[in-house]
Order: sequence, then C-alpha cells, then structure tokens
Amino acid sequence: MKRSTLRIWQALILVLIFVAWQALTQPGLLPPVVWDNPDRAAFFFGEPVKMFRVIWTWFADGTIYKHLWVTLEETVLAFVIGSLLGLAFGLWLGLSSTASTLLDPYITAMNAMPRVVLAPIFMVWFGLGIWSKVALGVTLVFFIVFFNVYQGVKEVSPVVLNNAVMLGASRRQLLRHVYLPSATSWVFSSLHTSVGMAFVGAVVGEYLGSAKGVGYLIQQAEGAFDINSVFAGILVLTAFALVLDYAVTHTERRLLRWRPAQSETEQL
Amino acid sequence: MDRAAVAFEDVTCTFAGRDGARPYTAVKGVTLSIGEGEFVSIVGPTGCGKSTLLNVAAGLLRPSSGGVRIQGERLTGINRRAGYMFQAEALMPWRSALGNVAAGLEFRGADRREARRRGEEWLERVGLSGFGDRYPHQLSGGMRKRVSLAQMLILEPPILLMDEPFSALDIQTRQLMENELLELWSANRKSVIFITHDLEEAISLSDRVVVLSAGPATHPIGEFAIDLPRPRDVAEIRLTPQFIALHDRIWRSMKEEVLKGYAQTRNRTAA
Ligand SMILES: Nc1ncnc2c1ncn2[C@@H]1O[C@H](COP(=O)(O)OP(=O)(O)OP(=O)(O)O)[C@@H](O)[C@H]1O
Ligand SMILES: [Mg+2]
Repeated sequence: MKRSTLRIWQALILVLIFVAWQALTQPGLLPPVVWDNPDRAAFFFGEPVKMFRVIWTWFADGTIYKHLWVTLEETVLAFVIGSLLGLAFGLWLGLSSTASTLLDPYITAMNAMPRVVLAPIFMVWFGLGIWSKVALGVTLVFFIVFFNVYQGVKEVSPVVLNNAVMLGASRRQLLRHVYLPSATSWVFSSLHTSVGMAFVGAVVGEYLGSAKGVGYLIQQAEGAFDINSVFAGILVLTAFALVLDYAVTHTERRLLRWRPAQSETEQL
Repeated sequence: MDRAAVAFEDVTCTFAGRDGARPYTAVKGVTLSIGEGEFVSIVGPTGCGKSTLLNVAAGLLRPSSGGVRIQGERLTGINRRAGYMFQAEALMPWRSALGNVAAGLEFRGADRREARRRGEEWLERVGLSGFGDRYPHQLSGGMRKRVSLAQMLILEPPILLMDEPFSALDIQTRQLMENELLELWSANRKSVIFITHDLEEAISLSDRVVVLSAGPATHPIGEFAIDLPRPRDVAEIRLTPQFIALHDRIWRSMKEEVLKGYAQTRNRTAA
C-alpha cells in the first residue's frame, strides 16, 4: 500500500471508532438493548463529543499546559537518571565478573519485584512533589537499561575487542571506544520501552498522589465520576506518548546512523 | 637465531573442552622462527591451528606451554610491535572508515586532526579515497578488508600478522592488493607472517612457505624457501616454470594433510 493511502486508511479507522463509540453511547440515539436507562451507556463509557469538548476547554483556557509540563518533566528526569544509572551499573557488572556473580541473585530478585507497589513508599520518602514520581520512573527505567547494557557489554564482538587491543587501546580507551558505543546501541534499542516506562512511572505516581500532572487530572475526574474527563485525560496522555515516541524514533535515527537498517536502497 | 623477529619456541596450545567435551590440542610443539624482514607464509588445512598460532604471536592467547620471543625478547602480554589483520570482521561498526583507520593513531595519543589527515592518506593508498565517511556496513566485504589493511599499516608496525587477509576478495582486486602489499613491504622490510589457504598466493608473496600438518597436534611438516626473484608481480610470476615446479613440490607434500584434515573435521562434526 502506498504511504499516503495507508495514512488515510489509518485515519479512517480512527474516525470510525469514535463514530461507533458516539453512536453506542449517546442517550436516546439507539433503542436501549443492554440497559433500560438510556443514560447508562454514557455514564459508563462517556461520549466522544463531550470528551473532545473537555479537551478543547483544557487547551483553550490553558489549564492543561502546566499538568502536561509536570508530566513531561517527570518523564524526562526519570528517563535520564534511570538510563545513566543503568548504563553505569550495566558497564560495571558487565566488565567485572566478580561483581556480577556476587550480585546476580539480588538483581534477579529486584527485577522480579513488582516495583509499582513502591510508589507509596516513595511518597513517604520524597513527598508529593515530582521527585516521588521520578523515583518510581527511575526504578522502572533502570532495569530495562541495565539489562540491555549488561547484554551489550557481554556481546561485544571479541574480534573487534582484540583488534582495538592490538591497535593500542588502553583499558580506559576500550571502555570509551568499544564497550560504551556497543552498550549505547543496546540502550537505544530499548529506548522506546524505557521512555514508555518513565512515562508510566510518572503517570502512576501522579495518579496515586499529587497536586499536578495529567495523572492527577484523571484521578480528580474519577473522584467526581466525571467519565468524560477521565477519557479526555487518557486521550491526552495517549497523544502525548505518541509524540514522545516520535521524538525517540527521530533521535534514534540520528544517533544510530552506523547501524545497518532494514533497507537502505533508494526507491526510484 | 637471537634476532629473529618472531620465534615460536615449542608452542603447544590445548583448549579446555567445554561442557564435558575433551580438551583439544590444536597445536603441539611448534618451533618456528621468522627472520627480520622476512615474509613467511603459513599454509595448512582448515581448522589446523593457523589462527591459533597467530594469536599466540600477537600475545592475545597464552600458549599452554612454550613461548614466543619477539626480536629476542620473551613476549608477555600484548605484542606491541605487531599489527594484526584478523580473519573475521574486526572493524568497529560505530566508526566510519576514516575513524577506523585513524583509530590506532588516536589510541596512541596522536592529535585527532593529524590522525584523520594520515587516515585519509592511507585510505587513498588502499584505493578508498572518498569512502572515508561510510560506515563498515555500507562498504563491501572487500572494501572492509582494505580498511582493515590500512588500519593496521597506518601504525607502521615492524611485524605484520595477517590472517587470510585477501581471501574475501575477487581475484583481480586480490592481485592488486597483493602487489600493493609487496611494494609496501619491500619499501621498508617488515617481518610478515601471512596465513593463507591459497598455496599460489603463499608462493607468489613469500620468502618462505611453512606447511602445517592437519590437526589435532598441528606442527610444521615442511618448509620451502622460495627463491623467486624480486620485485615480483604476483600475476606474472605464476606463469614462470620455477613457480610451477615449486607449487608442484609443495602441493605434493600438502595433499595428504589436506585430505586428512578434511576427514577429521568431518568426523568431528559427525561425532
Ligand atoms: N577457543 C577455542 N576453544 C576450543 N577450541 C578452539 C578454540 N579456538 C580454536 N579451537 C580449535 O582449534 C583448532 C584450530 O583453530 P584455528 O582457528 O586456529 O584454525 P585455522 O587453522 O585458523 O582454520 P581456518 O583455516 O579455517 O581459519 C580448531 O579445530 C578449532 O576448533
Ligand atoms: Mg583461521
């Protein structure tokens, strides 16, 4: 399929979903089948038209920006801190077999632990501000990056390594010019997942207790049984996540230019 | 023999068998010396232990017993006087061709700009000017080999260890590269250990050809001085009667080993 036709079809499906949604939930539009009360469907599932109206007012009066900004801030901080920690630990354990054998069971245990339940503890430690959300995101991002870097270090081609040694690389230079580039390529291959996780950490953290952020907006709306605002928040979050993902893809393309892509021939 | 560039002294390499496999003695009791400025080719059946020997000479692999002397000194650790061109892909995939060629100089603390400038020169010498900003995956297999060659030669090491460097090239490019190598070599006589499975290549380049037995417990079974006149043109020299006579003699001594090596490799994979 051509790219433009593909996009048109994708957009069409989206429109179709919302139209169907609206048709099924608008009170009195279709004869009631499941519920006797015609308002029930709208109560449980919201109405797209009203959702978009909510989103419109959020952007029109500007209330959404500060929430989006906070969520973005938390996501970026969690991602950066988690990645750096993961990179450092991954390099360390990847290069020192003593440390990795010693710590192996702990790493496995900590990774197996459902870390989202740490959120309330982080609230106690770091308060209701952004740092408790950042901490949650960090614990999620850290392990993804850590395992990838660890893997990356272990899988450096021995020939490339030996070659660098023969060319006169010192231990520091091996780290800088062989292990690090190899490991970062693995970090980037997990970039989508780790950015996603940073985002999840931020939103879940906000949802559980905060005074700002999109997660907080959703939580507030839920408290008031305002289903349309809940879905509006979810839509905004989804769009936000898509934008993040797009940004990641863009960075990835620029930084991993040396990696063979699937197809690179020019289509004439 | 004290001033030999590289001297193997009774080198034995036994690889520990993993997962219950029996230990495997790849090379056993190899004593061999390569003179200063000498070009020595090592031929032998596949899997006999040629790369293993070269790794020992590079200091990347410690022999189970015996040792290596480099210009009279006992080798411990990495051989700093040697350049090594590996059999497998060895370029750093995250560095451009130019970055790869200049890497050695950068590692040794050369000024980055100067290193790049010399890198450009070397790329030109191996016929790759204009390809400096390509990454290894954007180059053909033969081009990558040439980048590897430049990467090694830019450091001007007195000892060159080359493990089947040209086997991936087509015959024309290969002969060009061989002639280029001979020219570079005769300009400032480096000591070369050149591994190949191509007997013609070995004869046309070398001062001496060493034939290894089939594994396990590989050892040299024949040495042949190649007294063909220099300078040589690798394509033309193959047609001379002397060359053909030499080829015939060496091939007869090798044939048995090649067949043995092939049968053994097959049995080992079948078992
Ligand atoms: N790290 C290792 N562990 C176990 N066995 C090894 C190891 N390295 C090499 N060998 C074995 O030692 C033998 C010699 O290997 P080597 O790579 O030196 O062969 P080669 O002569 O270079 O072969 P080719 O011409 O195919 O490159 C082979 O049988 C191989 O299986
Ligand atoms: Mg080999």
